[in-house]
Amino acid sequence: MAKITFIEHSGKEHVVDGENGMSVMETAVKNMVPGIDADCGGACACATCHVYLQGDWAEKLGERSEMEEDMLDFAFEVQDSSRLSCQIRVSDDIDGLVVKVPEKQF
Amino acid sequence: MASQTIETDVVIVGAGPCGLFAIFELGLLDIKCHVVDILDKPGGQCAELYPEKPIYDIPGLPIVTGQELTGRLMEQAAPFNPQYHYNQMVTSLRKLENGTFELETDDDIRFKCKVVVVAAGGGSFQPKKPPMPSIDDYEGTSVFYSVKRMEDFRDKDILIVGGGDSALDWVNNLQPIAKSMTLLHRRDDFRAAPDSVNKMRELVAAGKMNLHIGQVTNLHGSDGVLSGATVKGKEGEFEVSCNTMLPFFGLTMKLGPVAEWGLNLEENLVPVDTEKFATSERGIFAIGDINTYPGKLKLILSGFHEAALMSQEAFRIINPGQRLLFQYTTSSSSLQKKLGVA
Repeated sequence: MAKITFIEHSGKEHVVDGENGMSVMETAVKNMVPGIDADCGGACACATCHVYLQGDWAEKLGERSEMEEDMLDFAFEVQDSSRLSCQIRVSDDIDGLVVKVPEKQF
Repeated sequence: MASQTIETDVVIVGAGPCGLFAIFELGLLDIKCHVVDILDKPGGQCAELYPEKPIYDIPGLPIVTGQELTGRLMEQAAPFNPQYHYNQMVTSLRKLENGTFELETDDDIRFKCKVVVVAAGGGSFQPKKPPMPSIDDYEGTSVFYSVKRMEDFRDKDILIVGGGDSALDWVNNLQPIAKSMTLLHRRDDFRAAPDSVNKMRELVAAGKMNLHIGQVTNLHGSDGVLSGATVKGKEGEFEVSCNTMLPFFGLTMKLGPVAEWGLNLEENLVPVDTEKFATSERGIFAIGDINTYPGKLKLILSGFHEAALMSQEAFRIINPGQRLLFQYTTSSSSLQKKLGVA
């Protein structure tokens, strides 16, 4: 279990419980967090679940995979803290994760 | 005016898995199909979104990739000699007084048919539009998402944005005729085929084009004519001058013209009944991800079932008064003959 905070572009926060083994994207969709479109359903094929890791989570979670890096080419305003939330697995280790949702997933 | 008119029994809009299986089910009932798809290949989302990724919930195929499933469905449909029309979108659909339909594509093909099957999935795949400020002001004049005629780009100062095959292919193809060519990508690593990446790097090394690493933050120009873009790179912001920009950020699904065909819609889906998968318009059916009904599951297997039941009613519309004999492919010699196996 991990508590995950999604911050909408407007600043509105959603604190939800993530189940181990699910992806952060699935956790967002299950809890109806706006702004995570996930068009492809989690196949790392659309870049519409783009989030920005907050604080030092980028270091803690480590590097993006090559597939995710490729897919991020399709996202907009990619930053060092950018991740595709379908590629982050929920575990006890990510308890307290905070991510920001971009204005648009385009 | 359409340059070509084709008469057929059925036009299927969408060559994804459900559209392909509909060819088979209709074919068993001696119904001929033409299939239109906006992509340059069959398979729909299976081909465009996850060709290499495994699907685990196709009955009887414990594991199959999107590409393999597409190939198998094409093979299954082949005995019925369907005609495929790729790279085009059905833009208009209207019902004629005699109850038949007339459809037109953006590639100037006109179809006259008795039944239309909308198997358009999540809608049509269209280029993603990057949310750059004021990009709307330049679309169609300075900003383009595809290259229809290369000549239109002669002597232009071109900025291509992206790192995939489309971006690199057009860099290499347009560079010889452009006045200047700049490629912009967010990282110095490219998804595109190594050959085209090497070719681009050679052009850069020879001083024939520019390569910048960064992302566009703003566009400049006036009256729809672009004069340059502000780019944010690792070292800060800089300007790239250009009068033409081609952003290649992949494809996204948009409902598109389906919304204008006079069908009832519910949240961008087409409501159907669960006996015939008929829409609000007699003779037009909707199967697969594009339809909705109580209990709908967006699964390929549901679309297969929908294709089979839809075909029964399509037969009745196409052959009024004729009795439809239910047969099994395992035992019916007439079906086996159609399949070319008897």
